[in-house]
Amino acid sequence: MRAVDGISFDMDRGETLGIVGESGSGKSMTALSILNLVPEPGKITGGKILFKNRDVVTMTSGELLEYRGGDVAMIFQDPMTSLNPVLRVGFQIEEAMRAHSRFDKKQARDRVVPLLERVRIPSPKQRARDFPHQFSGGMRQRAMIAMGLSNEPSLLIADEPTTALDVTVQAQILELLKDLNRELGTAIILISHNVSVISSLCTRVMVMYAGRIVESGPTRQVFDHPQHPYTWSLLRSVPRPDERRHERLVSIQGMPPDLSRLPTGCTFHPRCEFKVERCTREEPPLEEVGPAQDARCWVLMKNVSQESREAVKK
Amino acid sequence: MSQPLAVVPKPTGGPLVRVVDVTKHFPTGGTFGRGAVVRAVDGVSFDIAPGETLGLVGESGCGKSTLGRVIMQLQPATSGSIQFEGRELTKMHGNELRMVRQRMQIIFQDPYASLNPRMTIGDIVAEPLQNFGLGNKRDREKRVQEVMRVCGLNPNFTNRYPHEFSGGQRQRIGIARALVLTPSLIVADEPISALDVSIQAQIVNLLEDLQDEFKLTYLFIAHDLSVVRHVSDRVAVMYLGKIVEIATSRDVYDTPLHPYTKVLLSSIPNPNPEIEASRKPILLKGEIPSPINPPSGCRFHTRCPIAQLPICSEVEPPLEMKANGHVAACHFAGKL
Repeated sequence: MRAVDGISFDMDRGETLGIVGESGSGKSMTALSILNLVPEPGKITGGKILFKNRDVVTMTSGELLEYRGGDVAMIFQDPMTSLNPVLRVGFQIEEAMRAHSRFDKKQARDRVVPLLERVRIPSPKQRARDFPHQFSGGMRQRAMIAMGLSNEPSLLIADEPTTALDVTVQAQILELLKDLNRELGTAIILISHNVSVISSLCTRVMVMYAGRIVESGPTRQVFDHPQHPYTWSLLRSVPRPDERRHERLVSIQGMPPDLSRLPTGCTFHPRCEFKVERCTREEPPLEEVGPAQDARCWVLMKNVSQESREAVKK
Repeated sequence: MSQPLAVVPKPTGGPLVRVVDVTKHFPTGGTFGRGAVVRAVDGVSFDIAPGETLGLVGESGCGKSTLGRVIMQLQPATSGSIQFEGRELTKMHGNELRMVRQRMQIIFQDPYASLNPRMTIGDIVAEPLQNFGLGNKRDREKRVQEVMRVCGLNPNFTNRYPHEFSGGQRQRIGIARALVLTPSLIVADEPISALDVSIQAQIVNLLEDLQDEFKLTYLFIAHDLSVVRHVSDRVAVMYLGKIVEIATSRDVYDTPLHPYTKVLLSSIPNPNPEIEASRKPILLKGEIPSPINPPSGCRFHTRCPIAQLPICSEVEPPLEMKANGHVAACHFAGKL
């Protein structure tokens, strides 16, 4: 089964990239591949992942230990399962630095409180001595971000970091990530099923479906002028917070395909409202369709009439 | 609709549901139950008109699900009155309450946990009919197939088991089960939050279609304000066991009066990057206080950006009419 199939992209220093897709689209697996952390029995069977011109796939285990958590850090959806419940939060952050060689013992200890302060945990000195269960969900996610940042990585991968959080807490975490990106220049890959969260933080976006990138480009361009029918439907399947009148939501018929039994041709064609005969036979390539925008589609939304678009809502 | 299965609705002129000063307190344990109480719902009043969708929003722990369950009488209220089709529910017992339940049904968040894995879909959907002894076997089979069809399920699948269905289809099964008794009220408790984005729209559209077709009344409980706005005629906002604002969907979103509502609205990111770039979220300080020991006065005053002392910490603002049909509980409504 190919969970992720033939993905190519690059990222600049300090960039913010969003990966959007539904469960099983391969977005988390793409992130884990960047860390060379694909869970057994899965493995990276082909391709290269270059980080500052070094291939992550061929790194030795010693190099990987320094790379993971040192150069690239990752935070997950559920901060409770990523924190050790029996160790103090401050100690766990210190431990993250001690596992790498950038800071010595004393430096690591001294950095804990400023790191907690940086992620805006109130009274950081006292809080460093708390256990994870004494933290709220939002604070735990802040602590995870502090831990992720402790070795000054150049890339932070955030996998659904706000999905388990309430909307007011989500707003706080998103603002924090924006500030960190701006102040520290840390590049961020944000993985989310939520197009609004991506729109909030990321200048560039990749839309994934069934293990493939189906569309990518600058977020503004892709969200304003989506060319792939999947992107178009995804954006119209959620009500907008500023909806002026009641518009019927676009629902995508059926469900995402089983990755071990992918449809022929374009993987989205069984659910696509705009498919043509060719879509069922031939898989389209990812091609340039606009300014810095790529899409994997034979039809493209710019060739779909307004009437056909409206008809989908009925 | 097959005749013997239809329950005759009681004609009423007033609201379908009337909730008056309802509280629900949970003991926290402690020796011999002398521990503190969690004030999950604390003095809530509102009406739901027939055919209306009332949206109930709030963050986790605000008491919105508890309120839904108390209205359904799945948990008894600690105090207050709940009227349904003009009859008081809190005083009802046994068979009387059982009969009323035919007219009110609930849909749950988790379509995996709310269906018995050992029952076939046909049995799951037919169970409410069986419970009330409605119709004979053939009538029931016919009704089940009919309901499955309107819910977008293949009626030939009655012999399959829940694990054979996807999350979205399971939610449809849950809706079919709720619909089979021709209820007038459906409480939908986070009906789409466990589903994939592309499936959420299917369920929202289905609920809207069913409402049109069967003149249903919904209490739609969710944390997602955009979805609530989309489906609701009126919206009630809850914070820490209290309703802080009720108004039409449009008024709540266009002219929110309570600072908490305003904060919630400012927190939602917009999928349009251009609009999103100009959004200024109002960030709340601190954490949501414990419902065991809620703040004095206005419960939001500890985090409110415009709270003024001492009035906000001492005097609890009543939920009162501030504009035409627009109700809010704030000393400084509309000032943020």
